[in-house]
Amino acid sequence: MTAPVLSTRRLDKSFGSLIVAHDINLALPQGVRYALIGPNGAGKTTLINLMTGMLRPDAGQIFLGEDEITSLGPDERVKRGLVRTFQINTLYPHLSALEAVTLAVCERQGHAGTWWRRLPAYRSAVEEAHAILCSLHLGEDCYRLTHELAYGQQRLLEIALALATKPRVLLLDEPAAGVPRDESAGLFTAIANLSEDITVLFIEHDMNVVFRFASRIIVMVGGRILLEGTPEEIAAEPRVREVYLGRARCG
Amino acid sequence: MPLPFVLTPNYLSLASQIAITALFALSLDLILGYAGIVSLGHAAFFGLGAYTAGIISTYGWGEPLSGLVIGAAVAGLVGYGASFVIAHFRHLALIMITLGMGLLLHEAANSASWLTGGADGLQGVNIWPLFGAFKFDLWGRTAYVYSLVVLFLIFLAARRLIHSPFGLSLRGIRENPLRMPAIGAPSRAHLREIYTIAAVIAGVAGALLAQTTSTVSLEVLSFQRSADVLVVLILGGAGRLYGGILGAIIYMVARDQFSGVNPQYWYFWIGLLLVAVVIFLPNGILGGLARLRATWRRAAS
Amino acid sequence: MLGPIVGVLFDGLAYGMLLFLLSVGLSVTLGMMNFINLAHLSFGMLGGYVTVTLMDGLGWPFLATLPVAFVAGAVASLVLERVLFRRAYRASDLDQCLLTIGIVFMSVAAAAYIYGTVQQPVQLPSYLTGSVTFLSVNFALYRLFLIATALVITGVLVAALEWTRFGAQVRAAVDNQRMARGLGISVDGVFAIAFALGSGLAGLGGALAIAMVGLDPAFAFAYLVYVLIVVSVGGLGTIWGSFVAATLLGISDMAGKYYIPELGSFLIYLVMVGLLMWRPAGLFGRR
Repeated sequence: MTAPVLSTRRLDKSFGSLIVAHDINLALPQGVRYALIGPNGAGKTTLINLMTGMLRPDAGQIFLGEDEITSLGPDERVKRGLVRTFQINTLYPHLSALEAVTLAVCERQGHAGTWWRRLPAYRSAVEEAHAILCSLHLGEDCYRLTHELAYGQQRLLEIALALATKPRVLLLDEPAAGVPRDESAGLFTAIANLSEDITVLFIEHDMNVVFRFASRIIVMVGGRILLEGTPEEIAAEPRVREVYLGRARCG
Repeated sequence: MPLPFVLTPNYLSLASQIAITALFALSLDLILGYAGIVSLGHAAFFGLGAYTAGIISTYGWGEPLSGLVIGAAVAGLVGYGASFVIAHFRHLALIMITLGMGLLLHEAANSASWLTGGADGLQGVNIWPLFGAFKFDLWGRTAYVYSLVVLFLIFLAARRLIHSPFGLSLRGIRENPLRMPAIGAPSRAHLREIYTIAAVIAGVAGALLAQTTSTVSLEVLSFQRSADVLVVLILGGAGRLYGGILGAIIYMVARDQFSGVNPQYWYFWIGLLLVAVVIFLPNGILGGLARLRATWRRAAS
Repeated sequence: MLGPIVGVLFDGLAYGMLLFLLSVGLSVTLGMMNFINLAHLSFGMLGGYVTVTLMDGLGWPFLATLPVAFVAGAVASLVLERVLFRRAYRASDLDQCLLTIGIVFMSVAAAAYIYGTVQQPVQLPSYLTGSVTFLSVNFALYRLFLIATALVITGVLVAALEWTRFGAQVRAAVDNQRMARGLGISVDGVFAIAFALGSGLAGLGGALAIAMVGLDPAFAFAYLVYVLIVVSVGGLGTIWGSFVAATLLGISDMAGKYYIPELGSFLIYLVMVGLLMWRPAGLFGRR
C-alpha cells in the first residue's frame, strides 16, 4: 500500500473563537475522485486554503506523498503538483484564454523568467496550451479575451489553468458554481475524463453530481470531518441527512 | 520618426531631450504598464544614472559609453536592492514607499553637496568626444544621434522582453496577482527582475541627460520629475510599449512651444489634461485610438 | 536642560495637531471608499485663502472666519465629489492618483493666479499673540489655542463615532462596505457626508495653519507628503491612528530640525519607509 498522495494530520485553524478547522485527518490515495460536502460554513473552502498554503494552520501537518509541505508557500506547492481552482473565477480579464494557459505552461516549464529567448521554447508551450483548451472544448474560442467568454467557459478556463500545471492532486472548489444545469454536465464529464494518475477532490452541493462522479465522499460540519466513505455508505447514513436537513421533529 | 538633419540645431537638442524622456517613460512603462507597480519615485534611478555619469566625469573619466554603462549599473544595483522591498507591497503602502524612497534620495543628494554639488548642481562635468571624434557641442548633432541610437536599441530589447514568456508573466501579475501563486508563479522574483531592468534603463536615460547637457542638478531626483514621467506615460498610454514615445513627443513639443509661459500656468493645463485623460481616455491616446479602431471594425462587420 | 526639550515637544505637539486636522479626513475616507484623494489639501488651501480673503478683504475677526473655512472646505468637496470623484471610485489606484494630482495642479495654479505666490500674512487677534511662561519655558498662546482646538475636535469626533447613529454607520462602512450596504446603510450617502466633514476639517486646518507654517500656493503639495505619511503610518479609516501618527510625526520633525538640521526631512522619510515596511497597513490599520 503506497503512501497517500495528499494527507493531513491534526490540522487546526481558528479565527479568534471561530473554529474553522479542527483535528482534520485525511489520507487521499492516488487516482481517487473525492467529493467534499457539507453545509455552508462547514469550512470546506478553508480546508482547501489550508492545504494549498493560502492559509497558515494553527497546528498540524500536511504531506504531499512522503514530503511535508506545511511550511511551503502556495507557488512551491503548485510546483510539486498540488493545485486548486477557485470558487469565484480568478482569471486574467484582458489575457486571451490561450495566453492565460500558455502563461501557466511557461511557469511550469520555468521559461517564464526568460526574456531573451522568443519563439522556439515558446511555441511548444503555446501548442500544449492549445491542446489543453481543446480537451475542454475551448479550442475555438481560445483567442477571445477572458472577460469576453461565457461564464461556463470561464469556469472551464479555471480548470484549464490548473491542468496546465500538470497536477498530481487537483482541488476543485465548486467547479460548477453559477453554471446552469445543462452546461455543468459537460464540465463534470471533462473532470471525469481526467487522467487516472490525478487525484481529484471537489467541493460540490449538487448530490446528483456527487453520487455520479465521486468514488468517495467526505462530509464536513463545523470545521470537523463528520464522515468519510463510499457514496452508498454516506447515502445510508442518517447523520448526513440530519446535518443538511436538521433533526426530524416527529417520528 | 527620426527628425531629419535639416532642422536647425535648436530642434536637434529638443529631439535628444525627447529621446531621453521617451527612454525614461519606457522604463516606467515596464513596471507600471506591464507589471502594475505604481511608482511615484522612479526619478530616483534616473537621477542615480545622471549623477553617476556626471560625477565620474568630474573625477577625470569622461568617456561617454563606459560612463553610460557605469551609470546604468549603479542605478541597476540600487534598483535590485530596492526591489526586495518593492515586491512585497501593494496599493497605498507601495505608492508611499516608492514616494518615500525618491524623497529620501533627493534629500540625501541635497545634503551630500560635497559629492553632488547640492543645490548648485554638479560642477565640472566634462564629457569626452564619442569614439574620440564626435564632440558633444551646442549644435547637438552628436547628442541627437547618440540618444536616438540608444533609445532604438533599448526599445528593441524591451519589445523582445514584452513578447517573451517573461512579458506574459508580468501581464499576469498585473491582471490578477492572486492567481499567480496558484499557477506556481514566483511573482516576487518576477517583480524584482523587472524592477531591476527598469532601474537600469532609467539610469541609462539619466546618464544620457548628464552627458548630452553636461549638467546635473538636483532636479533629476525630484518628485517633479517622477510626476512628469508619469504624465508623459499616461498621456501616450501605459502598457502599449509605444505610449512612452508618443507621450514624450507630445509633452516635450508642447512644453517647448509654451516655454515662454509662466510654469504655474503650464501646470494648470497639465492638471486639466490629467483629469481629462483619466475621465475620457483612461488608456491614454494609444488606448483611445485602439478603441476607435475596435468601434470601426465592429461598425464595418 | 529641560527647557529646549519641553519646547520641542510643545511645538511638535502643536505641529502634530495641525497635521492631525489636515489628515483625519483623508484617513477616514480612504478607509471607507479606498479612494486615494491626493487633492485633500486643496480643500485645506481653500480654507486658508477663505480666511485670508475674509480678514483682509472684509475685515472679519480671525475666529469668525474659522467656521467659514470649515464650510468652504466641506462645500467644495461635496461639489467635486458629485461632479468628478464619483466616477473614479472603481478606478485603479493609479487613475485615482492621477485624477486627484490633476486637481491639485489646477488648484495650485488657480491660487497662484488669484493671490500670487507670496506667503499670506495674517493678523492674529491680540489675545492669541504672545506667549505664556510656565516653569521658565515659553508657550506660544497661538499654539496653545491650536492644541486646545484640535483636542476638542478630536473629542467631538471620537464621541460622535462611538455614540451617534451616524458614527456607527461610518464605522460599519469602514469595516465592511458590502455588509453595511446589505444592512440598508446608504454607504454613498454616509461617505459623502464623511467626505464633506473631513474636507471641512482640512479647510479649518488650512486656516489655522497660516499663523503656524504659512500659506502659499505650494501648500497643497508641500504638506501633502506629510499628510500622506500620517495616513499611511497611522492606518486607514482610524481617527486614533491619525492622531498618534500625526503627533509622532510632528514631534519627530521638530526634533529632527532642531537637533540635526543638516539632515532636513531625511529622518522623517526614513522613519516612514521603515515603519511601512514593518507594518504596511499602518500602525492601527487593518488588513
